[in-house]
Amino acid sequence: MRGALRSTGDWVATHPVAAFLIFFAIFPFLVPYRALATQVLIFGLFALGFNLLYGYTGLLSFGHAAYYGLGAYGAGILLAKLHVASIWAALGAGLCLAGLGGAVIGFFCLRRRGIYFAMLTLAFAQLLYFIGFHLADWTGGDDGLRGIPQLKLGFPGFAVRLESPIAFYYFCFVLVGLAVAILKRILDSPFGTVLQAIRENSDRAVACGYDINRVKLLSFVFSAMFAGLAGALDALRLTVVPIESLYWTTSGQVVMMTLLGGAGTFFGPFVGAATYLVLEDRLSAFTESWPLVIGAIFSAFVLFLPRGIWGTLIGGFHGRQSA
Amino acid sequence: MPDITASALAAQVFTGLVLGMIFVLLAIGLSLIFGLMTVVNFAHGSLYMLGAYFGVFLFGYTKDFWISLVVAPLMVGTLGLCIERFLIRRLYGRSPDDPLLLTFGLSLIIVEAARMIWGKIGLTLDPPRALGGAVNLGFMNFPAYRLFVIVITIGVLIGLWLFLERTNVGLIIRAGSRDPLMVRALGIDLSRIWLLVFGIGTALAGLAGILAGPMRGVYAEMGVTMVIESFVVIVVGGMGSLVGAVVAGLLMGQVVGLTTFFAPKLAEIMVFITMAVVLLVRPSGLFGEAGLLE
Amino acid sequence: MNRRSFLTTTALAAASFGFPAVLRAQSKDPIRIGCPLPLTGPFGALAADMQRGAQLAEVELNAKGGILGRKVEVLFRDDQLKPAVGAQRTQELIEKEKCQFIVGGLAAHVQMAINEQTKKSKVLFVSTSQSDEISAKPDTSPITFHEALNPTITSRAVGNWVADNLGKKWWIIYADYAWGKQNNAVLQEVLKKKGGTVLGSTPYPLGSAEFSAHLPKIQAAKPEVLMTVTPGADNIAFLKQAISYGMKKEMKIAQPLHWIAYGKEGGPDLYADIYAGINFYWELQDTIPQAKRYVEAFQKKFNIPPGDYSCYAYSGCLEVARGAELAKSTDSDKVADALRKNPVYDHYKGKEWWRTCDNKAMQDMWILKGRDKLKGEWGIYDIVSRIPANEEYDRTCAEKGLA
Repeated sequence: MRGALRSTGDWVATHPVAAFLIFFAIFPFLVPYRALATQVLIFGLFALGFNLLYGYTGLLSFGHAAYYGLGAYGAGILLAKLHVASIWAALGAGLCLAGLGGAVIGFFCLRRRGIYFAMLTLAFAQLLYFIGFHLADWTGGDDGLRGIPQLKLGFPGFAVRLESPIAFYYFCFVLVGLAVAILKRILDSPFGTVLQAIRENSDRAVACGYDINRVKLLSFVFSAMFAGLAGALDALRLTVVPIESLYWTTSGQVVMMTLLGGAGTFFGPFVGAATYLVLEDRLSAFTESWPLVIGAIFSAFVLFLPRGIWGTLIGGFHGRQSA
Repeated sequence: MPDITASALAAQVFTGLVLGMIFVLLAIGLSLIFGLMTVVNFAHGSLYMLGAYFGVFLFGYTKDFWISLVVAPLMVGTLGLCIERFLIRRLYGRSPDDPLLLTFGLSLIIVEAARMIWGKIGLTLDPPRALGGAVNLGFMNFPAYRLFVIVITIGVLIGLWLFLERTNVGLIIRAGSRDPLMVRALGIDLSRIWLLVFGIGTALAGLAGILAGPMRGVYAEMGVTMVIESFVVIVVGGMGSLVGAVVAGLLMGQVVGLTTFFAPKLAEIMVFITMAVVLLVRPSGLFGEAGLLE
Repeated sequence: MNRRSFLTTTALAAASFGFPAVLRAQSKDPIRIGCPLPLTGPFGALAADMQRGAQLAEVELNAKGGILGRKVEVLFRDDQLKPAVGAQRTQELIEKEKCQFIVGGLAAHVQMAINEQTKKSKVLFVSTSQSDEISAKPDTSPITFHEALNPTITSRAVGNWVADNLGKKWWIIYADYAWGKQNNAVLQEVLKKKGGTVLGSTPYPLGSAEFSAHLPKIQAAKPEVLMTVTPGADNIAFLKQAISYGMKKEMKIAQPLHWIAYGKEGGPDLYADIYAGINFYWELQDTIPQAKRYVEAFQKKFNIPPGDYSCYAYSGCLEVARGAELAKSTDSDKVADALRKNPVYDHYKGKEWWRTCDNKAMQDMWILKGRDKLKGEWGIYDIVSRIPANEEYDRTCAEKGLA
């Protein structure tokens, strides 16, 4: 039994993308309702992006809601205000806006390290929040951006309806799966190795001759784009973009999810997103004081299980962090 | 554009001063804690809130505002001591981001606990009768209580300065934030000092809370925006610099006050724009030392 | 008998045993009303009030045998005052709990996100939140109903009364977000029509709680009436500060709404002599029989009188039931049509009706004034005037983008 478990573990470690695809193909049937599964996928993607920056590059961003929000508003404005009737264009707009935001904000924030960096990312995200709040003609202000139409997914020759929860889930599943595969490529590349070198010891990385500023900025932009795609998908899921998408509490959520799952691990973000969202879903039906429970669980993890659920699990299996 | 008379402007500056004082109290606590321990205390806003709630609780028992004013910050400081001793101390030697994350989790717990204990509606804390009226300052009638807030904060700042400059403990604190390794090499046990500093810093937050309570009301969410704005203040002032905390706190108070007067819609954004401008000109904040704390 | 016919007969027999069971199961399946509310967060007290109203409705409906003979269950979920969470809870209520109807929402932006989900799933939604947008394009739909007052109605009603009775020189201070801006715009429009003057109008950031920066300006302008559009905790903070600056003695203060929860919190120290509108106040039981029935039933179950928000949830649930009984169905389109064909109802304060072009509930409201001294624990206000329901107080359907 132990041998079978270990060899499954080995297989998962060496084929993370395939494992992801298999698990999430059946995931909707493991949770109480489909919409929860979609939420897990989307926030898992958001956490994936955050994890690239925090877990793999070692930079704690406390303002990641900015890129999620930019992705959501980019997609939403294109659909609702500019009346471009294409889901693909909307996703692209969200991705581009988020990437642009990542490049600009990253450029400013990366001038500092450590806690200063975290505070700067937080402040820029708040700035974006207030701008979004007041540009009500474009963003809907605090009422949120409404009027996003439900479109069919267009392909050459045919169109797919996304109204049913299952259809929408599998649409997200394909895109998130692609993102996961891209992340694997990034991590396996020389660029990915430099990222992790920066996390381990950035002075040494500089001494080895790597241009760590360029690498950090690229990591920031990639991270922002993953978050932006998550935001764009969420805009389609909710057909509104709430202003809270840009608020620091959203940033706090993704930090908690990543930590719960295991920062710096491949599956950590999704494990964390699933744990957090399912916990929140079930707890809030029982008690009104669930924020206290979530806060306590999170604090306990920071204190006693800093490697998160998945990090501790695979640490136990292999004694090293690979998947 | 409102009429810009000298007296209206002066009135606005004075109100900005009171706002600044609350910022200063919060920022000093944050900067003290960060300067010595490199800990970013995200729970600072929730402790500010607790100061106000403890104040209401004590007032209910003693019916005396002055006693509550003294004891509430002490209660918050004691809680701060416990948090450092039993929770944050476990994180030393680990990633510097961990205390930020832990105090973030704590802030969720504290805010929710306050709601559970004291209810979902806020509470009222009244200023003492002696301070209930207004003082004629010539150009305006200024509420006496707000004048009191200014006076008390100045008093606390002077006391703090004397403590840091004139006592041995204060000397160790200043040395410890400059060069902790050296201080340890000299055989001084820094862990007790950290405990003390965390207690003082959080007690200051509690004081800010109970001072703000009569002006703004006491409710569980009152610390939530304050904590973000306080972070901006210490980033502007220079993280770890106490002079910076005072200057930046007063500056922010004026920024908010004057923007509210001239362009109310920009008041919130101005705080962040100020931060961006300052950081572009002086990357470590106004009084931060470049390279030391990064 | 060969195997095939044996199997067929057995199958048919089994099915015929099961068939009435299926029928019975269907008729025994409870009717579920989903109720997302901000149970956590700054409006928790108002949400708790709403929850009580819905719970009372559930009890009363079941005492009468339920809806269409089926038991009624009201399921509450916390939307945390966040649109994304509200949407998620609504999806859970519809997909997992199989709710046939949704009644709820307290914050404008959250209920619009809820509405997006109910529209998608074709579930009838009765919004209990103050919002101008929910009954207009692009948000509204044939199955979106709006039970609560909205800023246009409230500010037109209150604004007209204040202009006629308190003074025509106003200063308006308002929270800089949708609800605040809407009230501000309507108040200005009302005052201009009455030939009054708006001396000034000050936006402030919602939740900022620090008003001292604005007050000297207002005092210098010497308005007859100060209109305060300050929701939630801001309401208390603002009044505290304004009173400390001596403003209550210098001018009359009025607001679009009183909220009983905050009135209780602030007490006569803050709220004496403050005028505002409200949809319901428990002392109406002295003059309105339906109110007396509602207040007594509520008081018996919860030991406190009903607040203003409880009524929206109570009425919303009862309307859903009434519509289902009329339509003899739980299909949302049929229920909606039934409500539009029979729009008049009276559950707690007198006649209300649905305006058919936008599913908006037209209802009476009252002007209240804070008392100097409480009469008993909850006697916070005097009832000054009744403002009868009037479709002219809301925007026309054409203005809302509906035929």
